[in-house]
Parts: sequence; structure tokens; C-alpha cells
Amino acid sequence: MKYNVPMGPYHPALEEPYKLDLVCERERVKDSSLRIGFNFRGIEKLAESRNYVQVIALMERVCGICSNIHTLSICQAMESIAGIEPPERAQYIRVIMAELERLHSHVLWAGVAGKLMGFKTMFMSCFALREKVMDVLEAISGNRVNYAMNRIGGVTRDLDDPAAILRMVKELEREMTRTVIPVFTTNRTALSRCEGVGILTHERALACGVVGPTARASGVPQDLRRDAPYAAYGQFEFHVPVETAGDVKARLVVRALEIIESCSILRQALSKLPSGPIHPSEDEVEFPSGTAISRVEAPRGEVMYCVSWEEKSETPARVHVRTPTYANMPAIRWMVQGARLADTPLIQASIDPCYSCTDR
Amino acid sequence: MTIPTDPLSELASWGCTWKQGGGSYWAALQDKSPREISQAMLAQGARFITITAAEPAESTGVIRLDYHWDLKGKVFTLTFFTKDKAIDSIYEICEAANWIEREIHEYFALDFNGRTCEPLFLRQGQPAGLHLREEDE
Repeated sequence: MKYNVPMGPYHPALEEPYKLDLVCERERVKDSSLRIGFNFRGIEKLAESRNYVQVIALMERVCGICSNIHTLSICQAMESIAGIEPPERAQYIRVIMAELERLHSHVLWAGVAGKLMGFKTMFMSCFALREKVMDVLEAISGNRVNYAMNRIGGVTRDLDDPAAILRMVKELEREMTRTVIPVFTTNRTALSRCEGVGILTHERALACGVVGPTARASGVPQDLRRDAPYAAYGQFEFHVPVETAGDVKARLVVRALEIIESCSILRQALSKLPSGPIHPSEDEVEFPSGTAISRVEAPRGEVMYCVSWEEKSETPARVHVRTPTYANMPAIRWMVQGARLADTPLIQASIDPCYSCTDR
Repeated sequence: MTIPTDPLSELASWGCTWKQGGGSYWAALQDKSPREISQAMLAQGARFITITAAEPAESTGVIRLDYHWDLKGKVFTLTFFTKDKAIDSIYEICEAANWIEREIHEYFALDFNGRTCEPLFLRQGQPAGLHLREEDE
């Protein structure tokens, strides 16, 4: 007998509101449909009434986890229209901020995954680790959520204490390789919840156009930091982890290995950090008419901004944002098909969804 | 950076010329439908990114649609203009375009031929055209 189970829009398993309507037979999910829009704020329309300073602050609020990546994307797009090249030191600081953000996002996700598996100790361990990253972000920017680090032509603050970041990187790397990765990849409880669960096949991943760790866990080897380097990413050597199983475990492993790679990028960036200015001396920016695209690899995957400007206008003509969760979420339908009903909270969480980003 | 013409030979044979700038290669092919172009891009192994819709200044009723594709790490944008509030859907051949077509329908009241746009951000019965409204509406 078939029956329907509505999950959401407000549900203990969901960090933010969205609705997954599940059609089940016995304990198995036969089909599902998604509803979003519960966080819709009309940010793209609002952006058309903000000047080039205000619009950065506005776009930082698209997401509460990867706020920095949104300001980086829109600044890069506006710099492209205005023909501004940020100084080298600023490009390095942008990489450092982006990787710190990736670290805190991935460790937070590992904690949430631990909680959903019923593995509260891992949840607490991961959140304790994440606090260390947050402390560094706060020390650099003065903020823990919206860092206000990017501006047109560079960054707003310099790095005063690179040694403190290196200390945190060392500690995080040690804990990840000593505790988190071995537990998630060998512990029976974790494996029983993750292995072979919520599979997204390679073919389906390509058809859905998924991005980031979700794509890389299904054998799609894309990463904009390597494929289309921006900021100072072209200066660093790093590996792009790819798994082929397409299940929850693969997505978990990809993110865990990315934490190690982020630590490596941070070490390289901090050791090579060039001296010099962090933004141009001129504050005034003149925009000619034009449209520019900027793409960055956020913790959840590709973020794309398309910004249009009309000459002499104080505000953008159009700001369009394509967030990674927007590309990844429709694939949940295929991941939960045939899965046990009890696994659906973990499966939907395995793409590390951000509904605020999606709804904008 | 050179324009990778080989993987896009089919589009080149249609007289498509690419301009580089603003982080993308840009082209407009008004005598082809988005569906034909999308089929060609998919056949080359391109990944659909999204569609950006906008109402250009001083062109009442015209909607500009930029179809963004990723091919080997480069962005290719194909631009279409529509005056009649409708354009061919690519959802049937490109599953990844499902949500963005529904979003554009809600923002610009644009219909996509060949599909029904179910509500995405709006609730059932709410009128489409969010981006076309004046501030006091």
C-alpha cells in the first residue's frame, strides 16, 4: 500500500525550511517531489536598487555559511565590468578567506551528518573543531558570519597574524586525520548509515548538472579552482578528490579529503603571501555599460553571478545568482528513490543543502 | 586564452561567431531556437549552468535570455531576445533547466513552450511577473 509522508517545510531533520513530499511503499521511498521558496526574499530584485557598495553588503546576506564567497563573486563580476585588477596580496587574502570558509562549512557539515546518524560525539567533536576556524575568521575580519572582507578592487582588511592561521590549520589537519576521517570511513555505525545509501549515478549527476562535492562524489571531476582559476588559485598545487560510488559515504569522503586539501592551500598561501597594497588607492569606481560573469568554487560547488550595468547608472541593471544548492537540490529526488524512509533526512543533508541560498 | 573552435564546430557552421569578454564567450543566433542550440551544446559535452533573464533598458516588452554553458572550464553564453512573452523550453532535453525556467516564468511572466511552469517560489495562484512590477505594486 502506498502512502504519502510530507517532510517539512518545518521538520526536526531540516536545518532550514523546504518541503519534500515522499511517496512510500512499506519502508521504501518510491517517488518524491520538492517544494522551495519558504525563504524567498527577492534579493536579486533588491540588488537593482543598491549602489556598488551597498550591493556587496546585500549579496553577503544571500547565505549564512558561505557569505564570503558571494561577495567575492559579485566583486569579481563588477571588477570585470569596471576593468579593475585587484593587487596580488588581495588575491591571496581572498583565497585564504575562501578556504577558511570552506573549512568551517565542511566541518559544520560533518557535525550535522554525525548528528543525523545518531553519532552525537562526532557532532560535538566537529563543532569544537569548527569553533577554532571561526575564531580565526573572527580574528581576521572581526566577524563570525558576514565577514565584510571583499570590496571592489581587493579586500577591506589585511592579515595581521598569519602564524595564528597556520597553528589552527595544523591542529585541524591533525584532528581530521586522527579522528574524523577514520571514524567516518571505518566506524560500523557510520558505514551502516552511509554506504550504498542515497546513490546518485554518474549519468544522473551529469543530467542534473550537479556541482561541487555532490558532483565529485559521483565521479564528475569538476572544480573551478583548478578548471577556471580565479583570485590566486593558479599559484597553488592541490588535488581534487573524486569518488565514484555516488552514495552518502562518497560525499562524506570527498568533503573530508577536501578539508585536507584546503589546509594544504592555506599553508601554501600563507607561506607565499606577497607584500603590497590590499586595494587600490582610488575609491571611486566608474562603470561602463556591460555584462560580466563570475564563477567561484564555494564549499557546496559552483556559484555563478551574472551582473549587468548601464553606464552612468548608480545601481546594477541586473544581478543574477546561481547558487550550488540550486543545481544540486533537484537531484535529491533521484537519491531518495528506493531508499529507506528513515534514511531520507541523511540523504537530503548529504548534499549540504543551503535553502537560503537557493531561495535568495 | 584562445577560443576553442573545434568542440563548437556545429555552432560555427551555423555562422555563430563568439565574442570574448566579461568572463565568457558570447554569441547570438536569432534564427535558431534555444532547443537547437542546447542540443548542439549537449552533444559537445557542455554542462548547462543557468539562464539569466533580464528586461533591457528602453526596450519595453522585450526579454533578454542568456543561456550559460560550461565547456572545459570556459563559459559560453548564447543570447536570445523574445518579444512575444514565450520561448521554447529546453527542459525536455536538459533536466538541469527545470527550476530556472520556472523561476524566469515567475520573475518575467515568460512562458516556455512545451511545458507547464509549476510554482517554484510563488504559491499556487499568485501572479507571475515579480521583476516587472513597479515599486509600489
